[in-house]
Amino acid sequence: MSANAGLGGAVLGSRSRGERVRGGAFRALLLFSITIGFVLLGTLLFDVLRKGLPYVDGILLTEPPSASPDRAGARPAILGTIYLMGLLLLMTVPLGVGTAIYLEEYANRERWYNRVLEVNIQNLSAVPSIVYGILGLAFLVRGLGLGRVLLAGAMILTLLVLPTVIVAGREAIRAVPDSIRQGAYALGATKWQVVWRQVLPAAIPGIATGSILALARAVGETAPLLLVGALTYVATDPSILGSFTALPVQIFQWIARPQDEFRLLAAGAIIVLLAILLVMNSFAIWLRYRYQKRW
Amino acid sequence: MATHDSAVRPQPLIRLRADRRRWGEDVIKVVLGLCALVSVATTVGIVVALLQPSIEFFRAVSIVDFFSGTTWAPLFTPSSFGVLPLIVGTLSVTAWACLVCMPFGLGAAIYLSEYARPRVRAILKPALELLAGIPTVVFGFFALTFFTPLLRDIGIEVGTFNVLSAGLVMGVMLIPTVASISEDAMVAVPQDLRDGAYGLGASRLQVSTRIVVPAAVSGIVASFVLAISRAIGETMIVLIAAGTLPQLTLDPRETSETMTAFIAATGIGDVATGSIEYKTIFAVGLTLFCFTLVMNVFAIRLVRKYREIYE
Repeated sequence: MSANAGLGGAVLGSRSRGERVRGGAFRALLLFSITIGFVLLGTLLFDVLRKGLPYVDGILLTEPPSASPDRAGARPAILGTIYLMGLLLLMTVPLGVGTAIYLEEYANRERWYNRVLEVNIQNLSAVPSIVYGILGLAFLVRGLGLGRVLLAGAMILTLLVLPTVIVAGREAIRAVPDSIRQGAYALGATKWQVVWRQVLPAAIPGIATGSILALARAVGETAPLLLVGALTYVATDPSILGSFTALPVQIFQWIARPQDEFRLLAAGAIIVLLAILLVMNSFAIWLRYRYQKRW
Repeated sequence: MATHDSAVRPQPLIRLRADRRRWGEDVIKVVLGLCALVSVATTVGIVVALLQPSIEFFRAVSIVDFFSGTTWAPLFTPSSFGVLPLIVGTLSVTAWACLVCMPFGLGAAIYLSEYARPRVRAILKPALELLAGIPTVVFGFFALTFFTPLLRDIGIEVGTFNVLSAGLVMGVMLIPTVASISEDAMVAVPQDLRDGAYGLGASRLQVSTRIVVPAAVSGIVASFVLAISRAIGETMIVLIAAGTLPQLTLDPRETSETMTAFIAATGIGDVATGSIEYKTIFAVGLTLFCFTLVMNVFAIRLVRKYREIYE
C-alpha cells in the first residue's frame, strides 16, 4: 500500500480519520435503529409474561367472566375468537381466492372496470379498521337488523382482511409459470380446467400461507368488533346469531377496569392471544417452507 | 385466443374452436367476477354508510361550527360540536409516532439493505415483522401499564392517560412498516449505481446517504405516508393509553381524545339510532376517512413524481 502513496493523494483502503469516525457513528446509529424495535418487543413480552403468567390457568381458560378477578375467566371470549376464525375462513378464502383468480386469469386489463377494481382493492387496504366497524354498525347491526351478533363481527372482519387475502392469492397465482398453463391448453383443457386442475393446486401453498397470516391479523383486531357490539357481558358460550365477545375485546374490557387485578388478568389473556397467534404464524411459515416450489 | 379472425387465415385442418359454447365456463367467470364485486361493494358501502348520516348531522350542526369550534362535547347540555380538539389530538399522537418510526424505520431499512450480510438480513427482516404482528390492544396495554409508569420514573410528569406514551409506543409499532417498504425500494436500486460510487472512492456512508436514499426516495416517502395514515387510523393504543377526554392541547403529557378513540368510545355505548350522538360517529368517521384518503392520494402522487425508472 505504501508503495502507491507516492503516485497520488488517495490510497486504496485508507480513509481519513474523520471519515472513519463518521462511518462508525453512522453504522452505530443504524444498529440502534434496528435494535430499538427488538428491545421494545422483548420488554413487552417480558412484561406481559411477568404480569400475566400466574393468571394463565384452568380458570382463565374454562370459566366465564366474573365480577371478582379470582373467578373470572375468558371462556366465552376464547370460544368467540375460535368461532370467528372458522367463519372467517369460510368466507374470506373463497371470496379472496375467487377475486384473485378473476384478476389474474380472467380480467382484461385494458378494460376500465378492471383497473378500477385493482385501484379499489389497493385503497381498501388503507382504510382504518374502525371505519369497517362503522360500516358494520350502519349496515349489518342497524340497517339489516342483524343485531350485535357473531355473524356481523365475522362479516366485518372478512371485509377487513379480504384485500390481504386477494393480494396474497394474486402473488401465488402469478408465481405459477405460464408454461404450465400453455401445456394444459395444448392438451385441450378449457380455461377453468387449467385454473382448477393446474394453476390452483400449484398456488395452494402461497394462498394458504397468505390466508393464515390474514386470519392472524383478523384475530387480533379489536376496534371494528367494538362497534358491532362485542363489548358486552357474555357468560354463555357464543352462537353464530347470538351476542358474542372475542379475546382482544375481553382484554380491552379488563384493561379498562380500574382494579389492578383485572389488568393482570388482561395480561393473562394477552398471553393466550399471543400463543394463538404464534401457533398460526408458525404454521404459516412451516407451510411456506414445506411446500415452497422453485420453478 | 378467440379473437383471431378465421376468415383472414387459411382454415386449419383440425378445428380448434369448441363445437358448442361452454356455458359452465361462462358461469364460472361470472361467479368469479361477483367475488371481485364484493370489494367494490365494500367501498360503496363505506361511502354510503358514512355519507348518509353525516349529511343529516350537518343539517343539524353547521359545517363551519364543526370544523372551527374548539369544544367537543356532544353528550353535554348545551352540546358543542367543534371537532378541532379531536383533530389536534389525532395529529399530536401521529406526530409523536412519526418522530419515532420515520428516523428509526429509515435507519433499519438502510441497515438491512446496505450493511447487513445476506444471512443476517434473512433473519432480521422477518423478526422485525413480528412487531407488526402483535395486536394493537397489546401495545395499548403495554403503553398504559409499562411505558407511562416508565416515563414517570425517568422524571417526565405524565398523566395516567397521555399522548406521549401512546404516540411513542405506536411509533415503535410502525417501525416495521417504514423499514419494510423503504428497504424494498432500496434493494431495487441497481447495483451499478453503488459500484460506480464505490469506484469513485465513496465510503459506505456516502453510498447509503447520497446514492441509495435519493434513488429510493419515492419508496421512502410512500412508506412515511403509509405510516402517517396508519397512525391516524389506529384506534386501540390511543383509546387505552391516551384516554377519551377531548382537550385542545398540544402538551403531550396531557390526556386527549383522537377521532378514532371518540368513534370507538361512542360506538361502545348504546346510543339510540337516529340521535345526534349516533350521527356524530359518522361525521367524525367521514372526517377520518377523508384524512386517510388524502394521505393515500398524496402518496400515489409523490411516488409518481419522484419515481426514477431503472432498467
